[in-house]
Formats: sequence, structure tokens, C-alpha cells
Amino acid sequence: MTTTVTSHRPQPPAQPLTLRARRLPAYAAPVIAVVALLVSAGIVYGAGIGGPVLVVVLGALLYLGGLYAAANAVEGRRAARNRTWSALIHSAFVLAVLPLASVVWTLVSKGSERLDGNFFGTSMNNIGARDANGGAYHAIIGTLEQVGIATLITVPLGVLCAIYVVEYGRGRFAFTIRFFVDVMTGIPSIVTGLFVLAFWVLIVSPWFNDGRPGFSGFAAALALSVLMLPTVVRSTEEMLRLVPAPLREGAYALGVPKWKTILRVVLPTALPGIVTGIMLAIARAAGETAPVLLVAGGGAAINLNPFENNQSSLALFVYQQAGEASKYSPARAWTAALTLVALVLVLTVAAKLLARRNRLGR
Amino acid sequence: MAKRIEATDVTAYYGGFKAIENINLTVEPKTVTALIGPSGCGKSTFLRSVNRMHEVLPGARVEGSLTIDNQDIYDRDVDVTAVRRMIGMVFQRPNPFPTMSIFENVVAGLRLNGVRRKSILEEAAEKALRSANLWDEVKDRLGKPGAGLSGGQQQRLCIARTIAVEPQVVLMDEPCSALDPISTLAIEDLMFQLKDKFTIIIVTHNMQQAARVSDRTAFFSIEKTGDPGRLIEYDNTQKIFSNPSQKKTEDYITGRFG
Repeated sequence: MTTTVTSHRPQPPAQPLTLRARRLPAYAAPVIAVVALLVSAGIVYGAGIGGPVLVVVLGALLYLGGLYAAANAVEGRRAARNRTWSALIHSAFVLAVLPLASVVWTLVSKGSERLDGNFFGTSMNNIGARDANGGAYHAIIGTLEQVGIATLITVPLGVLCAIYVVEYGRGRFAFTIRFFVDVMTGIPSIVTGLFVLAFWVLIVSPWFNDGRPGFSGFAAALALSVLMLPTVVRSTEEMLRLVPAPLREGAYALGVPKWKTILRVVLPTALPGIVTGIMLAIARAAGETAPVLLVAGGGAAINLNPFENNQSSLALFVYQQAGEASKYSPARAWTAALTLVALVLVLTVAAKLLARRNRLGR
Repeated sequence: MAKRIEATDVTAYYGGFKAIENINLTVEPKTVTALIGPSGCGKSTFLRSVNRMHEVLPGARVEGSLTIDNQDIYDRDVDVTAVRRMIGMVFQRPNPFPTMSIFENVVAGLRLNGVRRKSILEEAAEKALRSANLWDEVKDRLGKPGAGLSGGQQQRLCIARTIAVEPQVVLMDEPCSALDPISTLAIEDLMFQLKDKFTIIIVTHNMQQAARVSDRTAFFSIEKTGDPGRLIEYDNTQKIFSNPSQKKTEDYITGRFG
């Protein structure tokens, strides 16, 4: 269409219309960066006001200024702004990645000291302050069981709740549910721990525990599921809203009932996003310390039964080992932290692969 | 098997807005009926009320009676899904299910309504794809995603999906508006073939298309924006396009208005 329009237009006058503009050579940016760093080092060390961090920060600022000036002189104002903004965006990315890389590096370097079979095979039972051994087997079991049970409770509940709000809910009731889910998002984890302590541990658990209140991994799972629920509901809700209405109508027009349309067309379409939301919730729950401490109590021994007696978790293990008066405990804490991060990473990757398996190859 | 559709005083609302008012028309079995008229005149609304898709939108409702072989589809004890199985629909934009392969898309209606036997599904898929003139193009890649086809192929896939459940009436809401002339031709050819078995109602903005494919044409119009759409004239296509009895119809088809 465009070509026909242009061909009917009168030709522009003979004055040359150029599409070329002067460009900075490709080596300009690295050269400016090196010069900026050298100047910055000269200033900082010459005046004796700081170390390498200040050199990099000042160097980055000088680089931005120098790049703008050079581009402005050669390429013009628009190109100079473009270059400066892209440089700013790239530095923001680097700034965001730096802490992450630093965390991973610290975890790996400090956590590898106790990365041995003993750590993954034993508990802290009968380990004194002078013992170099001891491991997190009981804590890994605790994390897996508590987060697993919490996920089993939360995922059906949260996904069904989101389906209700998006597909069925009308008017005030659905609005109220959405409002309270939003409110729940902001509840601090210690409060959910206290809630489960007051409600489950102190009131409900004595009924089947000979009248005595009892800590349990299950109570921790309850507290974690309270934390996970709003994340799962909100992310699922957003994903379901992204499913285009014509897909639903296409299924209705084939005489497919509404519930089956949701189950077989809407949910599969939204599945990858829903899985991502669930994994975020799981990652958050696996890292919680306070609720576990309050309602599962922690513990040094292996307890495979989540419904009875104290259980620990990796996050709680890190917290306790970090505060222990023993020269061996910091290494245990670092390794447990590394284990926790690796566990969440493995779960996330596995879930993503599983969600993608059903999608068709292009 | 094709059915006669009779609309009596059909009025449809979107919340408080009256979109169409007192539509009366009868569609004979095994014919193609075209609904034409300016934008916003309620053709699509009427079409969507024929298979009860109108009420899917919140606040939308239909009054009056719409019968298919003398059964009112708006009776209280009518099963909506049964109505929609009997009256299929093709939409303006192709909407294949993105998580399903070509094969799964075609048999989606059967499978989601409980047909499991693989041999039945395979037979139905081939039959529907052949009827939709798509079989030769996709027979070697039935396992590939339906969303990977071109626009015209996707629309024919959606038609195959619609006719695979063997409805008696097929509603088409501007099925060619997003397609190039060659795909449009393929779909018009398809309508001629489908006419042997199905009753077809098609909404179109393209008057040449209405003249080419339809036996009867209904002209809808509105007085001004915000007024409900009304049926101005309904007659044989030949008559509408050569010698319409209403001045408004003549103005519209000759391009003097709309």
C-alpha cells in the first residue's frame, strides 16, 4: 500500500536527501571507557580519597559524560542522548546483577567447605560445640516435607480460588475475595507463624495429642501455605486473565461446557505462567525461618514424621548454626544456605521443563 | 438434517443498551443467508443470539423467540451446550487452541464432549479437514501446532473444527475479513459445498461476497448511533441486489450510505 502512495507523490526536488550521518568509530566507546577509568584512578589515588570502588563509580560517571560529549560533537544531540541512555540502561543491568553474582559467589566459596557426604547424611543429634561433624539431613527432610505439604494444600486451593475470581465471580463477593487476597500478600511471615501457633498448635493439636499442645512440621506447612496462598492466587489470576476471550468462545461454540472449557482450554494455555507463580511462592516459603521456629520448634534429630514432634528446616538450620557458639557452625550454615538455594533452583528448573513438555514443538 | 430457523421479535441487550429490536426472519434449511449492513447495526449480535453466544458476555440478554425446527432455543429447560453443538460458529478472527496440535484442534469438539476412540477421531478429523479443503496441506503435519498455520489455513482449521462436531447450522461472523483474496475464495468455495449439508448464516461487510455466496440476504440498519439495529429488508439475494423494495437498502448497496 505504501509503495503506491509514494509513487503517486511528486518527486522531491533535486536537493540530495541523505540517509547517512557521521558516526563515532567502533573503538570510541572502549577508548573512552579506558581513559575515564585512568583519569578516575588518577584523581582518586592522587587525592588519596578512596579505593577501587570509588575508581569504578567515578570512572562510570566520567565515561557517561565523555561518551555524551564525544557523541554530541560528532553525531549530534539525538545520537548522543541515545548512546547515554543505552549506557545508563546497561549499567543499571550490571548494578542489578552484581549483588546476585556476589551472593552466588559467597555461597559457593564459603559453602563448599562442608559440602561432603557427612553433611547430607547426618543430623545435628549429639553434636557438641567441639565436634567438626554434623549435618543438615534432618533440616533437608524438614524443608522438603513442610514445603511439599504446603504446596499440596496451596496449589489446588489457590488455583481454584483464582478460577472462581476470574471465570465465575461477579460483583461484591469476588471483589471482597480479591481485596483480602491483596491484604494477605502483605502479612509478615512472623504473623502467620503466630496465627498458626495460636490456632493450630495451642487449640487444635491438643485434641489428638492427649491434651498437650505439640509442635509439628505440619503446623509449619500450614503457616507456609498461608504465606504462599496470595502469591499463587494473584499470579494465577493474572495468567487466566491473559487467556484471550475468543479461545473460550471458540470452545463454547463447539458445545463444550464451561467447566470443561476452563479445564481443557483455559488452564493449559495459562499453564507455564501459573507454574512460574507457584515456583515463586515455593521459593519464598522455602526461605522462611520465623514460622518454622514458632510452630515446628526446630530440632537436632532426624524426624521423618511431619505430623508429630519437632522438625527443623534449612532456613531455620542456617539461623541456628549462624548463632551457635562453635567454630564449626558457620561452615555448616553456609553449606545449608547453598543447599537451600540449589534446592529451589533445581525445583524451579524441573517445574519449568515439566510445564514446557506439554507444549508442542514448533 | 439441516434445520429451519425462525426468529420472532428478537430483541437483544448489552446491559441497558438495546442492540437489536424486533428482528423477524426465517432461514430455510440448506441455504446460505447473508446478513449485511453498516457497522454497529446488530448483525453480529443477531448471529450470536442464534446459538446463545450473546449471553456469554456479562449483562447481555435476549428477548423474543428463536426456534430451530419449532423448538425454542431460549426455553428454560434447553441445554445451552446442546444448542451450540447443533449450531456451530466460526469467528471473525481464527482462534485455534494454542496448546493443541492441528489434529487435536479439529477433534477438540468431539474429544471434549467425550469421544475417546482413536479410530473415530481420526476418521472424523480427516473428513472434516477434507471438507474444509485443508487436508492436503496439513496431512503430513497433523501433530504440529495449529497456531503455526497461515491465517487462511487457521480459519479453515477453525471451520474444520466447527463441522467436525456435525452441527446442523453453521454461523459465520465475517469469516473472511482477516484473509487475503485467495483464502477468501477457498472459503467461499467451501460454503457452496457445505450448503448441501448445513444451513449457513454469514455476516459480511463485503457486498460482492454476499451476492456471490448467499441465496437470501437480510439488510440490517440503524437510524443513528445509539439506536437499536433493525431488519430493513429480507429477500432473495438476486432481488436485494437488483431491485430492492426499500429505498434504504438501495442506498446502502449502491454505496450512497454506510
